[in-house]
Amino acid sequence: MQLRAEHLGCNRGGREVFAGLGFAVGAGEALMVTGRNGAGKSTLLRLIAGLVRLSAGRIKLSGADADTPIGELAHYLGHQDAVKGSLTVTENLTFWTGFLGGGKPAAAALDAVGLGALASLPAAYLSAGQRRRLSIARLIAVVRPLWLLDEPTSALDAAAQAQLAGMMQAHLAGGGLIVAAAHGPIGLERARELKLGPP
Amino acid sequence: MNAMTSLLLRDVRIAVRVGGGALMGALFFLIVVTMMPFAIGPDLKLLARIGPAILWLGALLASLLALDRLFAADYEDGSLDLLMMGTTPLELIVAVKAIAHWLTTCLPLVVIAPVLGLLLNIELRAMGAVALTLLAGTPALTFIGLIGAALSVTLRRGGLLLAVLVLPLTVPVLIFGVAAANAAIVEDQPFGPPFTILCALSLGALVLGPFAAAAALRHGLE
Repeated sequence: MQLRAEHLGCNRGGREVFAGLGFAVGAGEALMVTGRNGAGKSTLLRLIAGLVRLSAGRIKLSGADADTPIGELAHYLGHQDAVKGSLTVTENLTFWTGFLGGGKPAAAALDAVGLGALASLPAAYLSAGQRRRLSIARLIAVVRPLWLLDEPTSALDAAAQAQLAGMMQAHLAGGGLIVAAAHGPIGLERARELKLGPP
Repeated sequence: MNAMTSLLLRDVRIAVRVGGGALMGALFFLIVVTMMPFAIGPDLKLLARIGPAILWLGALLASLLALDRLFAADYEDGSLDLLMMGTTPLELIVAVKAIAHWLTTCLPLVVIAPVLGLLLNIELRAMGAVALTLLAGTPALTFIGLIGAALSVTLRRGGLLLAVLVLPLTVPVLIFGVAAANAAIVEDQPFGPPFTILCALSLGALVLGPFAAAAALRHGLE
């Protein structure tokens, strides 16, 4: 499985964010997208996910059914955690596993991110870092080959960052792909770097 | 199928929990209809004559109350992005969300309408028919409102715009809803024709609403 992008261009609100961008990520590989604020890191991830329309170029995920949108094969971890405060921690996760069509039970994924003890707590009582962990639990509860991570370590403490790094390594070891946008190191040592914007 | 059941259950759960919109609509309906006899005075004949119109207007406004949060809440917390990345077509997603909205907001109105009919001096016999018109007509309100909710999703305070967009489109529903309800009270008017048209409006909105709303969402989220 390989994610290949050629001559990508994107305009947002009449302003060109980037143009002529190309990269390839193979199975078991990670790509770190870096760049100054406003360089288009988040836009690139949303572009791959199919949430923003391309103005030029094309993105293909080879090794998958050509008719399946990449968004249906990818996990998108954005700035917002997609957590409903009035639902409990378990209900939040079970909803996403049910909706996205996952196989694994919620309890195991919650234990993996260290939220097992809070399973029946309404998510409104979670801290920012705990909400982030709940969002990350979705990545392991539902198996999808491509992970699109936008600043995945924001609000996470050192222990949770190490946990996330372990999950990402396991995902890569299983032949998964990761495209992550970040300003600092997030625990992907061998990742290639794609720098956006002027050098 | 599993995806849609999950979504329906989630939306219903959120609506009936603290801060959800389910009870709000019913309470608003209750207070609007209760205020009417005080404003109009104790003229029982007049109340009975305009009762169906009051119930219908109250239901129309109450059904709009929670509508502006239908997509805006999911948009603000990022859920909408993920909903669009599922394997379920967006048209079905919006339809399921509309059904959840109807179940939690409009169905309670239909259930309490007969009780409120007592305040408006509507006969018990006719009250069943009035509730039936609400049952047949409120799906049209929800599915027309769905389009407005999708159009105003990215606006911070889209509630007012939503009302301005949606209310003119609901005029036919209001006309035939009240006509059918009146026919149930006044014996010499036929109940069938306006009620049939009301059902047709609901069925039409049921088909067109999700497609228009999905198109509006795709365009608005660009």
